[in-house]
Amino acid sequence: MKFLTFITILMTTAMLAYATLDMPGFADPSSPASTHVSPVYIQEAYEKTATPNIVTAVLADYRSYDTLGETVVIFTAGVACMMLLRREK
Amino acid sequence: MIRDFEGVIIKTVCRALVPFIQLYGLYVIAHGHYSPGGGFQGGCILAASFILMALAYDINEVKKRLSEKMNTIFCSLGVIIYAGIGILCLILGANYLDYGILHKILPADPAHARSLGILGVEIGVGFTVMAVMVSIFLNIASGGEHEGEEN
Repeated sequence: MKFLTFITILMTTAMLAYATLDMPGFADPSSPASTHVSPVYIQEAYEKTATPNIVTAVLADYRSYDTLGETVVIFTAGVACMMLLRREK
Repeated sequence: MIRDFEGVIIKTVCRALVPFIQLYGLYVIAHGHYSPGGGFQGGCILAASFILMALAYDINEVKKRLSEKMNTIFCSLGVIIYAGIGILCLILGANYLDYGILHKILPADPAHARSLGILGVEIGVGFTVMAVMVSIFLNIASGGEHEGEEN
């Protein structure tokens, strides 16, 4: 059984390592993210959101669903901690 | 449970620092449009001021200023502000969290309405992060056995 697990892990690792060969290089200027997404943010973020800090514009406007999810995760963590630990003396 | 102890230097320094830490936290939240910062970071700084108070004094001193009831309300208030702004956009006829439409009710053009929408959302995030950090600290530091509300 251990041998089978080892083989499975090895094959999955090899598959993932092979798949990374298709990824664009780090900070490659001709990758899709750099040719389609980033320039739009850099050129339009200030005109459309009047926010000089592009990071904030992307975080809270373009990707605000993501940030809503993050806030709910923190809220859930707090509520879970309360429910697990809190008890009256 | 963190207990009160006699430490004049620690208490005095804490008393002098806490207002400035809180002011800085509010600055980080409000200034997220122009510099690194925003709701998460500012909320953490605000929570740090309460945690410093709990360390220098004791837990009851924090609960006098930020009662457990208010803390729990703040936890959910932040998420409600965030989701509420999204639903407000929905009611005004745009997509969920599409702040541009807020120019109908705010005295600003769509671009500045987006800016104000971002600010509102950051304030909501700040509320939740601050309240959750304080609540987790109090619960873990005391094993969940800090004293209940004095009713």
